[in-house]
Amino acid sequence: MKALRWTIPFGIFVVLVTFLWVGLSRDPREVPSPLIGKPAPAFRLSKLQAPGETLGPADLKGSVWLLNVWASWCVSCRVEHPLLVQLAQENIVAVYGLDYKDKPDDGREWLAQHGNPYTASIVDRDGRVGIDYGVYGVPETFVIDKMGVIRYKQIGPLTDEALQDQILPLVRQLQQ
Amino acid sequence: MIPELGHFALILALLVAIVQSTLPLAGAALGAPRLMALARPAARVQCFMVVLAFVCLATAFAGNDFSVQNVAANSNSQLPLQYRIAATWGSHEGSLLLWTLMLGVWTCAVTLFSRHLPPAFLARVISVMGLVSVGFLLFLLLTSDPFDRLVPAAAEGRDLNPLLQDPGMVIHPPMLYMGYVGFSVAFAFAIAALLGGRLDATWARWSRPWTTVAWSFLTIGIALGSGWAYYTLGWGGWWFWDPVENASFMPWLTGTALIHSLAVTEKRGAFKSWTVLLAIVAFSLSLLGTFLVRSGVLTSVHAFATDPARGVFILTFLALVVGGSLALFAYRASKVGLGGVFGVVSRESALLANNILLIVAMATVLLGTLYPLFLDALHLNKQSVGQPYFDLVFPMVMAPLVFLMGIGPIARWSHAALPDLWTRLRWAFGVALAVALVLPFTLGRWSPWVAAALFFALWIATSSVVNLGARLAHSHRSGLLAKLAANSPSYYGMLLAHLGVAVFIVGVTLVKGYEVEQDVALQPGQNVAVGGYEFRFLGVHPGPGPNYRAVTGTVEVRRDGRLLETLHPEKRIYNASGQTMTIAAIDVGVLGDRYVSLGEPLADDNPSGPWAVRIYLKPFIDWIWGGALLMACGGLIAVTDRRYRLVVRRRSASALAGAAVAASAD
Repeated sequence: MKALRWTIPFGIFVVLVTFLWVGLSRDPREVPSPLIGKPAPAFRLSKLQAPGETLGPADLKGSVWLLNVWASWCVSCRVEHPLLVQLAQENIVAVYGLDYKDKPDDGREWLAQHGNPYTASIVDRDGRVGIDYGVYGVPETFVIDKMGVIRYKQIGPLTDEALQDQILPLVRQLQQ
Repeated sequence: MIPELGHFALILALLVAIVQSTLPLAGAALGAPRLMALARPAARVQCFMVVLAFVCLATAFAGNDFSVQNVAANSNSQLPLQYRIAATWGSHEGSLLLWTLMLGVWTCAVTLFSRHLPPAFLARVISVMGLVSVGFLLFLLLTSDPFDRLVPAAAEGRDLNPLLQDPGMVIHPPMLYMGYVGFSVAFAFAIAALLGGRLDATWARWSRPWTTVAWSFLTIGIALGSGWAYYTLGWGGWWFWDPVENASFMPWLTGTALIHSLAVTEKRGAFKSWTVLLAIVAFSLSLLGTFLVRSGVLTSVHAFATDPARGVFILTFLALVVGGSLALFAYRASKVGLGGVFGVVSRESALLANNILLIVAMATVLLGTLYPLFLDALHLNKQSVGQPYFDLVFPMVMAPLVFLMGIGPIARWSHAALPDLWTRLRWAFGVALAVALVLPFTLGRWSPWVAAALFFALWIATSSVVNLGARLAHSHRSGLLAKLAANSPSYYGMLLAHLGVAVFIVGVTLVKGYEVEQDVALQPGQNVAVGGYEFRFLGVHPGPGPNYRAVTGTVEVRRDGRLLETLHPEKRIYNASGQTMTIAAIDVGVLGDRYVSLGEPLADDNPSGPWAVRIYLKPFIDWIWGGALLMACGGLIAVTDRRYRLVVRRRSASALAGAAVAASAD
């Protein structure tokens, strides 16, 4: 029995390698967010298309909505954009945009060019709200429930897979 | 032509490394001197080939050869020469080549400075290092060839990541890798000792200087990275518990434990198998760090290009090297035994506690880093542990460790008496406590945890004074200088490194306790008062750089109406990539930094209007890096000890006699 203790380091290492091996097959982009399960951080920002009006999470209590962080300078946003446009046409869930660290003129022009899937976009000129939401790469998408709690976060572009397998089932469940 | 030459040199290096890793090992096992004698020339030829490959790659970068994919992806003709050369190790492929180069250089150094080692032992050491080289060369050639051609050639390169276009970034990776890879020497010594069945004080004495030098480099490397994050990321933070930072911190913690346990093994013959295990673990964590950074298992602000095939390769390599070493350890260590008996209160006990605490700290970091991965693999809810976890747990582990730093160096080997320790240390304890309680008042605001942390820093300083004082008092020589000269460099190195920890704690504590951060909107000509300083924003002016366009702001810093410094924070837009970079302007001072960075212009397209300006006061922040520098200097001073050079003459003496001489000399 006593000789066994010398194999403890080896045993620990085998466990570690197993985990790393499993980790390799996972998508690291589905990063956990400390915000999941927490109320969506409050903000009040002016709308991109109607600069006189403002919007905040408080206005959307009682409905399930998506917050999509985008910017005109963001190349990956163009990748996911057709999916958002399609989603908007299907009318399943309201998508709000957070125009992140962007010039409003550029943002409006970009939407005119690529289509506007957003019920409304708000302007986070200096990225302050982005910091509250822990944004570290545009695009990102949050699912927020009727109580204003963040339930899911997608980092990087939306994919058809993520939408069909994760986001939409979750949205339907939350809408009930 | 030159890239092909480099590629060819890498292939040759691989072939030589295969020879280096097999024949001398076989020679040591069979007792064939000719095979063993191959070790040294093979290691040198291998190193030469890797240096040649590296020079070829650097030439391609310097000469803007955009027909090489790596150059086209990571450089640009507008990039200044020093950054084109630094871009050689700015990419994934290049940084692995640097890793391999460092390994070659360390192996070469072993061939040069270890002539006195028994031939069989040296052959094993060089072979083990050769095995690691084989792994990395295969990795380079199979998955990450830095010399891949791009057909047709690009007209212009995509440019080096602007974050890396910085003097700090030029030297940070080489320093860090010198440290990482340097642990391969301690690792190879440990494996060679396990293979040969010879684990004794002599073995520990051979390993010690190598380990200490590698540790010093790693310390400098980590400090450089932290300093770089402070002034380029524009957030004013110096440590983020990011997976990549943790990857370098874990080998450091284990290396620190290793340095201390090697001391015990060398002087007292105790902790033998534990020391061997630490040597294996320290290098394993260096490999694990490489795996974490290069495989993309964890996301991090250091967004390196990631590729699952590479991940699979490194993990397999990691499993073979570390798994094989630990299996060897399990097989052999039981025969080595623990060695040495010591009392509950003794220097050995203090160092054992030091080791346990450092390993707990390392495990804490490892757990925090891999936690999301564990949960994910177990299909549990994903949850990340961030700064709050580390900020809570880490100081709890470090506090007892730092407290022991005061006691350990004073406690006697083998047996020490608690009452005696208390008599010798009570003044140090009292003075540290009194000053720690009073000092925060003079800094503006008293807080219990600032006082507690300052106590620990002061405790290291006062107990070091007591330690030195006792040494001088007991010295038989006359005259202060002679008394000072009677102590060994390794003793002074230890004191300096410990003082470095104290300086580091002061920096961390005061910057966390008293920093001021303010985001303000400023019109040109407007003033703002932050923490007793007056900042006047004079507006911005545009200016071109070598490969970027910049907007440079001017901010005057005044105190009591007197102009202290004019700062020029910048915002840069790089031509090739279009990326923006914020370059903070810092008025550096021993007692604290004044840090200004430019946000965004608040009025659209009107840079002469108001700007968002970020102003920080960072008291004592430079002590953080100053402390790290002191630790590294301590390590480097310790290796100059005569004892390590005397080994040559003593090599025929038996291991036990060697240990006895060292113990009595101390």
